[in-house]
Amino acid sequence: MLFTSWAFLLFLAVLVPVYFLVPKRIQWIVLLLFNAVFVCAAGVLGAVFMVVTIGTVYAASRAIDALYSRQRETLAAIKETHTKEERKQTRLRFEKRRRLVLIACLAVNFGILFVLKYGAMIGRFSAALFGTRAFGQDLALTMGISFYTFSTVGYLLDVYRETIPAEKNPLKLALFTSFFPLLVQGPITRFETVGRALLEPHSFDGQRFLSAGLRIAWGYWKKLIVADRLLVAVKALCARPDVYRGDFILVEMLLYAACLYADFTGGVDITIGVGELLGVRIEENFLRPYFSKSISEYWRRWHITLGEWFKRYVYYPLSVSKPMRALSKGTRKLGAGVSRRVPVYLATLLVWALTGAWHGSRPTFLVWGLLNGAVILISEELKPLYARFHKRSPRLTASAFYRGFTVIRTVLLLSSLRILDCYGTIKEAFSSFFSMFTTWNWGAVFRGGIQSLGLSYTDYAIAGLGVIAMFALSMTQRKGAIRLRIRKRGTVFSVCMLLVLIGTILIFGRYGFGFDASQFIYNRF
Amino acid sequence: MKRELKTAIGILLACIVFFGALSALTRLAAPKYHDTLIDGHLTGEYYDEKTDHDVLFVGDCEVYENFSPVTLYNEYGVTSYIRGGAQQLVWHSYYFLKDALRAETPKVVVFNVLSLRYGEPQSEAYNRLALDGMRWGAAKVGAIKASMTGGEDFMSYVFPLLRYHDRITALTAEDFEYWFKKGDPVSFKGYMMHTGVEPAAETPQEIYEPNLPEQSFAWLEKIAALCEENGIALVLIKSPSIYPEWHPEWDAEIAAFAKAHGVRYDNMITENDAIGIDMQTDTYDQGQHLNVYGAEKLSRWFGKVLKEAYGLKDHRGEAAYDADYAALTERYEAEKQRQLSEENGA
Amino acid sequence: MEKLLDILRELHPETDFETETRLVDGGVLSSFDIVMLITRIEEEFDVVIPARDIVPEHFNSAKALYTLIEKISEQDD
Repeated sequence: MLFTSWAFLLFLAVLVPVYFLVPKRIQWIVLLLFNAVFVCAAGVLGAVFMVVTIGTVYAASRAIDALYSRQRETLAAIKETHTKEERKQTRLRFEKRRRLVLIACLAVNFGILFVLKYGAMIGRFSAALFGTRAFGQDLALTMGISFYTFSTVGYLLDVYRETIPAEKNPLKLALFTSFFPLLVQGPITRFETVGRALLEPHSFDGQRFLSAGLRIAWGYWKKLIVADRLLVAVKALCARPDVYRGDFILVEMLLYAACLYADFTGGVDITIGVGELLGVRIEENFLRPYFSKSISEYWRRWHITLGEWFKRYVYYPLSVSKPMRALSKGTRKLGAGVSRRVPVYLATLLVWALTGAWHGSRPTFLVWGLLNGAVILISEELKPLYARFHKRSPRLTASAFYRGFTVIRTVLLLSSLRILDCYGTIKEAFSSFFSMFTTWNWGAVFRGGIQSLGLSYTDYAIAGLGVIAMFALSMTQRKGAIRLRIRKRGTVFSVCMLLVLIGTILIFGRYGFGFDASQFIYNRF
Repeated sequence: MKRELKTAIGILLACIVFFGALSALTRLAAPKYHDTLIDGHLTGEYYDEKTDHDVLFVGDCEVYENFSPVTLYNEYGVTSYIRGGAQQLVWHSYYFLKDALRAETPKVVVFNVLSLRYGEPQSEAYNRLALDGMRWGAAKVGAIKASMTGGEDFMSYVFPLLRYHDRITALTAEDFEYWFKKGDPVSFKGYMMHTGVEPAAETPQEIYEPNLPEQSFAWLEKIAALCEENGIALVLIKSPSIYPEWHPEWDAEIAAFAKAHGVRYDNMITENDAIGIDMQTDTYDQGQHLNVYGAEKLSRWFGKVLKEAYGLKDHRGEAAYDADYAALTERYEAEKQRQLSEENGA
Repeated sequence: MEKLLDILRELHPETDFETETRLVDGGVLSSFDIVMLITRIEEEFDVVIPARDIVPEHFNSAKALYTLIEKISEQDD
């Protein structure tokens, strides 16, 4: 179910009253049922995969939990009778068994993810080789699987690390895994926060409802007025790398930056707003990402939950893992600087390769991920240089002008990297990108060029105003939450704002006959 | 308490302004069908009728361009109306008939069979032309459901803003002129007049299915049943237009249907000589549609047929009808002169 | 504690580590810094920081980090 479908709005219109009318005791069960309907509506096969994930993660988490308690009992029993070394051996034996359970469960779940994401590619390959029918193409789009797999596996890893106890009721884990607004385009959430909040009783609160409505409406506003409009031009530009070269690439970069931002943050606004309707707080996934002064800051502010997940469960564990430590020790003769850097470099590049692979199965995504990692490492190494520059010209570097420069530099840099996202092959992407420096064709861009992309000047004007509105809102947001300030002006004012948002969406939104209900871009992942 | 009341009134006022503005914008954005795409105006004009009708035509352009109710009345006193529409499909015809039955029960219903070649919805634009002007009721709901092509949704018929909102940035003077004003009728009891002449030429041979679609016959059955229930005589016709082609296999199928249901079927293409239609002078677009001269000839012939076959009453002399048709005839002649002088001017 | 502060200052000379309590959340320490930091701490304090303890709460202030180091070295004994 897409956010921009009548079915989704109808689903909400039924769910919300039912959720608040049933006795609080069974609220979470009702929500689970609605989740089940949502998942099944998207396809039975997807539902089967989700049940497998829930089942295996539940079983593994309970097994790990049981192994912890048995370990504690055994250690307590032999405390007086056995030596320290023997007790250590016992502990290691349990640890080994826990790791075995964990690895088996991870293999199943990442296996599903891998087959679904890469199945289409493998399918095409084998189809080309053996002439069989390509399989997996439909599966590749299975809704939200990257998101819920990561959330649920995160829960399992937390149990494995003994940070949280295993949930005893499998239905409660199922509720967390299948929570419908998260299935469309994330974010990745944590069981201790969202999973627990889903289980608590919630009462209806008119003010919260209004506030949630504002957030949802703003999400649709960004999505329908800006993202879906610009997507038409972006698609047209990406589809013809042979025609749109040179300065068109700069146009493409900027349009794509605006489009992706509006699409992804808009979708997350709707997700968080829907959570708020029900009284469930969902983690923020964006913090004005385009105001970042460096790529690594950008990645702390864009798709925050994915970055957090990778850091928590891959990057840190990997950089302090035994092989890494050994590697670090082994390279000590090359100097302390080198040996300390070995784990960081390897872990950074590996995480970014994985992040790339998470975003898509094409090799371009892998290159995109590695380049991101490389840029981050380079800027880390350049930090002392920057520091000296800051010391030498403190007046300049403290100025708004300099800050503006770093922000624009970051946006251009990340947009350049995203070019890889637009094209099917690495060669096309690089050739397009570098044509920007060799071909000067602003004349062609403005003489009919941008009009040939499926949008009229009116469309560009509307999208432009939309971008200005988003920018202005972000600027204001730095001084405090917007909705809080709207709410302070009273209920009537809030209702008016909500109606203005809805009205402008109805008139200027790109939807309806002739405009295909395009999927949220991130739905693919 | 007082504050809550104030809030409630504030919200209520905001909502009233909001829905008021939206409905005004809906009217503004919707196509007016008055100066452009005028075929879309036909559906709604029926509801302004002041007198009832003994004969109701339903069907596509081959009825609303080829028959003239003015001639039928002035020659025979037969009262009639054409509920036609551009590419009107058979289920549109069925629901237009059903819709008309809410207000009146004609004695004869005439259906042009050309549209039976289509068993599936064809185009969103034609659906809109046909259905936008229709009065709400079970018939409209049924018509929409039967007509929607892929990608259309029912909601956009209930709230046309959902369909036409993108027109807000492409409004023309016509949209403002007829924003709240209902324009003059563009037809003469459903007839659309053309005075031009463009002789028929060679028509290209088309490849066709020898059988008309089953769905078409299912709807035709429904029309026949509806007429029978209401004691209405159904007449199937194939208008004398020679293009698009009407194939002998189809003709046989319709003849068989008419025989089985005991209804009349006239294939007028074969009668063209008797009617006196000359495709060199009586068509304005090479034989697809008749011009006003052809329509008047056809009406003179068909009025006689209907009157004799169904004993239709001559309403001339009845004050209400005379007044209605006198005004109509005056407008009709004025339009004819206007078009003629326009042609000569050009 | 002084040894820890020295390591931190080595990384970011411009930050006042004695008072700062949002080192991670405030963006002072990047993930790169944190891994470098861990390597240095393990060298200097002869402890092994397990992956489960690498969470923002433990790295947001020098004090929290020092508490973590003490806790780990106690467990080791």
